[in-house]
Amino acid sequence: MTGAVRLAAAEGFEDIVAALRRGHVTLTLGWQDIATRYRRSRIGPFWLTINKGVLIAALSLVFGNLFQLDMPEFIPYLAIGLILWTYIAAALGEGCTAFIDSSGTILQVRMPLSTHVGLTIYRNLLILAHNLLIIPLVLLVFLRPVGWDALLAIPGLILLTINLLWIALVLAVVCARYRDVTEIVGNVLQVSFYLTPIIWTEALLRARVDIPVLDFNPFYHFLTIVRSPLLGMPTTLLNWVIPLVMAVIGWAFAIAFFGRYRRRVAYWL
Amino acid sequence: MNKDLQQPARITLDGVCVDFPVFNAATLSLKNRVLSSMTGGSINRAADGQVTVRGLEGIDLDLKPGDRLGLVGHNGSGKSTLLRVLSGIYYPTEGTADISGECVSLINISLGIDPEATGRENIRLRTAMMGLTPAETRARIDEIIEFSGLGDFIDMPFRTYSSGMQLRLAFAVSTAIQPQILVMDEWLSTGDEDFRVRAEQRMQSLVNNTDILVLASHSRPLIESVCNRVIWLEHGHIRMEGEVSEVLAAYFSAPTSTGTNG
Repeated sequence: MTGAVRLAAAEGFEDIVAALRRGHVTLTLGWQDIATRYRRSRIGPFWLTINKGVLIAALSLVFGNLFQLDMPEFIPYLAIGLILWTYIAAALGEGCTAFIDSSGTILQVRMPLSTHVGLTIYRNLLILAHNLLIIPLVLLVFLRPVGWDALLAIPGLILLTINLLWIALVLAVVCARYRDVTEIVGNVLQVSFYLTPIIWTEALLRARVDIPVLDFNPFYHFLTIVRSPLLGMPTTLLNWVIPLVMAVIGWAFAIAFFGRYRRRVAYWL
Repeated sequence: MNKDLQQPARITLDGVCVDFPVFNAATLSLKNRVLSSMTGGSINRAADGQVTVRGLEGIDLDLKPGDRLGLVGHNGSGKSTLLRVLSGIYYPTEGTADISGECVSLINISLGIDPEATGRENIRLRTAMMGLTPAETRARIDEIIEFSGLGDFIDMPFRTYSSGMQLRLAFAVSTAIQPQILVMDEWLSTGDEDFRVRAEQRMQSLVNNTDILVLASHSRPLIESVCNRVIWLEHGHIRMEGEVSEVLAAYFSAPTSTGTNG
């Protein structure tokens, strides 16, 4: 039993190492994806930035007034939360179809399967990079001080991405076999958007509910380790420990799981 | 590709079976079952209710440098499946397949083409997929452009090309690497008269310099001129294997009992 797990893990690991060694494939194809999407548009991917900016402005007006929040406090909070959520939701949603969408390539060319998952995450990182431009702008407009603590957002983003990678890898395998799971994941993401403090604040919830319900929401921790440092808000130890533990356990599971079913994926497409 | 790490190419298949799972098999009617058991592989229902179609069964094969294997068989006999096993895309569901050596498949040379991207970008995309590093691509890109004969059009979007130009570019990129194992489904020939001659030369040189060639074809003269071994596949089994003249004579004189000669 443990022998089989070790074998599967070795195979999954081998595939991932091969994908990393051929990282340039991921970079070339991911860049091309974005370039293609905006090829005939004058300002190209900056449409992403503009769209996100307009959405943030509209949601700020609605929910800021609805909850009677302090706008200079709320708008940066919402802006960062929404940008990060877009990244998380798109990475996981597209992660589900990573193998399905690449089926043409998978059935023709032998390349490490994890390349296709890496490609999905890389593409969304590129989109995130465009949206990130909004953050310094918002911080500047509302004159939010940014200290050295803000640098903690970088390890936060890395930890978040490491988690997204393993989740997307598992989802890509599962969804290739069980197509309905894609719909379920879409639904979970939609619900999670409202269960996670993005358009409402953590403080609002804490004022009304005593029990720490948020601590059970991994997305809350994923967001907090990037958003709070940028806003000069404190992070708790738990905010870091949970994503860290998830990354370690998740990757161990994902490598074995992926290795176990890697050879089957081509048959499921 | 790591020329310094290269070992001699070798393909060893031992008792290879390929079973395709069918997930929407509830719609399988009796008529369909009878028809498909006559044309393709056999349909099985495993103990857990999983319906599978057996694409290949009990394939033993040993290919060494110098082998030029021709595959013949009717449509649905398992040729494409076997090509995919040999390219390392399908892992056998039973038996083992050991494939060592860089393998290039020329089954779909237009794979991964982005119509909105320029010819030059498409070359980079395609060579990346074939496993070249950016440096290796840079070293070859001028030769590829030169061979495609596209001139200044190389920096225009692919979709603006005539179909002949599109094929020329796809051909020029796909054949830019000399693989150790070359897998083909029919011969590639393309373009106008002038290009056809150069393409033919390039194909010949690829085929002559590859360690192992596997070519599936319905064309008798083609297999006779290129291959030194032939396998005749039928219903996913090897029906006959051996010398080119012997197998081809048997195959082409066999009555088309399945009625699906294509």
